[in-house]
Amino acid sequence: MSFSTRLHSNAIGWLLPALIIAGWEIASRAGVMPANVLPAPSAVAEAFWRLTLSGELIRNIGVSTARALAGFAIGGSIGFALGLANGLSTLSRGLTDTTLQMIRNIPHLALIPLVILWFGIDEEAKLFLVALGVFFPIYVNTLLGIQSVDPQLVEMGRVYGMDRRALFFRVILPGALPAIFVGLRYALGIMWLTLIVAETISASSGLGYMAMQAREFLLIDVVVLSILIYALLGKLADSLARLLERLSLGWHPAFQNG
Amino acid sequence: MTAASLTAARSFVATPVRPIGSVEGQRAFAFRHAGKRFGDKTVLDGIDLDVPAGQFLAVIGKSGCGKSTLLRLLAGLDRPTSGSLSFGVEEEGHSRTRFMFQEPRLLPWASVVENVEVGLTGIATGSEARHRALDILGEVGLADRADEWPSVLSGGQKQRVALARALVGHPQILALDEPLGALDALTRIEMQQLLERIWIAQKFTAVLVTHDVAEAVALADRVVVISEGRIALDLDVPVERPRRRGSVELARLEGKILDRLFG
Repeated sequence: MSFSTRLHSNAIGWLLPALIIAGWEIASRAGVMPANVLPAPSAVAEAFWRLTLSGELIRNIGVSTARALAGFAIGGSIGFALGLANGLSTLSRGLTDTTLQMIRNIPHLALIPLVILWFGIDEEAKLFLVALGVFFPIYVNTLLGIQSVDPQLVEMGRVYGMDRRALFFRVILPGALPAIFVGLRYALGIMWLTLIVAETISASSGLGYMAMQAREFLLIDVVVLSILIYALLGKLADSLARLLERLSLGWHPAFQNG
Repeated sequence: MTAASLTAARSFVATPVRPIGSVEGQRAFAFRHAGKRFGDKTVLDGIDLDVPAGQFLAVIGKSGCGKSTLLRLLAGLDRPTSGSLSFGVEEEGHSRTRFMFQEPRLLPWASVVENVEVGLTGIATGSEARHRALDILGEVGLADRADEWPSVLSGGQKQRVALARALVGHPQILALDEPLGALDALTRIEMQQLLERIWIAQKFTAVLVTHDVAEAVALADRVVVISEGRIALDLDVPVERPRRRGSVELARLEGKILDRLFG
């Protein structure tokens, strides 16, 4: 696919959101949509401009992004390491998998009361929840990826004299990568979701806090703005993951035309 | 074989019979009363097989007769449960035995030339490996596809890459487990001719497991028929090369083997 056609197919994805916003603006101007239910997009844009000028928006986005990435780094690296260990060693899997599967079935957001008791509303509470949230998709998919590596290729590697290190880096890890990327994209979604819920319930800065503050002062345009920013940040994270995926999975038939 | 080397062979350490050098007139490998059991099931029993270096041996048998197990023993993928296997030419026997599988088994995430370089694991690295891999790709007629992904190649081309990977390290013994079985009839004949040409040029010992009797007599110096885990027929194919497919001589030998298989 050439660059211009790729641009074209990306542009087409933005057509529907643009139409929705246009329809929404028209409905607001015509008075069909009362401003105290949903403010017009132009009002939201105005709020965006106001908060940008005051520096409040940038600061809150920065705080939230830093929390999201830190939590993701902690939970993601533990999940990845355990996924690798349990995929490569039956002993490690036998020892930990049952426990992990039990913990996985607890909705991590159900731990919020406990987490507030433990950490108060400090940074640790948010990091803990985000880390826990992203841990499982990364763990489960890394494990699945390693277990689904074609055993015939592993046998081939052994026959051709690859040592354990070469076998891991040249056969097992590349074979597990497509599944790991599925886990990564899923974890990025959970990362934002968890952070926003945690910030809404207990925080003194960040996007979720900004939305809750706005609710108290009935600044509905700021509430809507926060929600739209969540959508954009989520999309941005997903696009980055897809770019990484395309760069590292160029060999995969699914990515050779895209 | 001396008594001392027999004892050594029994402990499954390959015994050098002569120093490395010219392979002519030497033994490539020998099975002595070799057997293989999986649980209660005896797959191979009392196999005695002496193969001189440079010979093209074909092993034929019905499915489940143990012919693939014989090859796996030879490649070191399994060990005999009784008897011994010894190598004649090289000290570390298995390191110079290469295996070509039924499937190409190429790494989908490595380019064609990188896949060939897998065959040089522990032998060469870097630009030397790249150079040798490109050379052998030229020999199998795929030099222009070196930088492509395996997924864009046809079945026959993938198997040619697998052949290049098996040969790039200049093995003394090449074990082939029905590598042409999944190819269409014309590609198959092309591949047989390629294999024969490279075998003549490189002079390795080839052990081809196949269920295609015509393929066996067209390519091999010697055909061994395995039936119920034992060698049922050991037949030389004294036909000059290049051989003409469908000639009377080959047809007569083919008939003899088929009689033994179904008689």
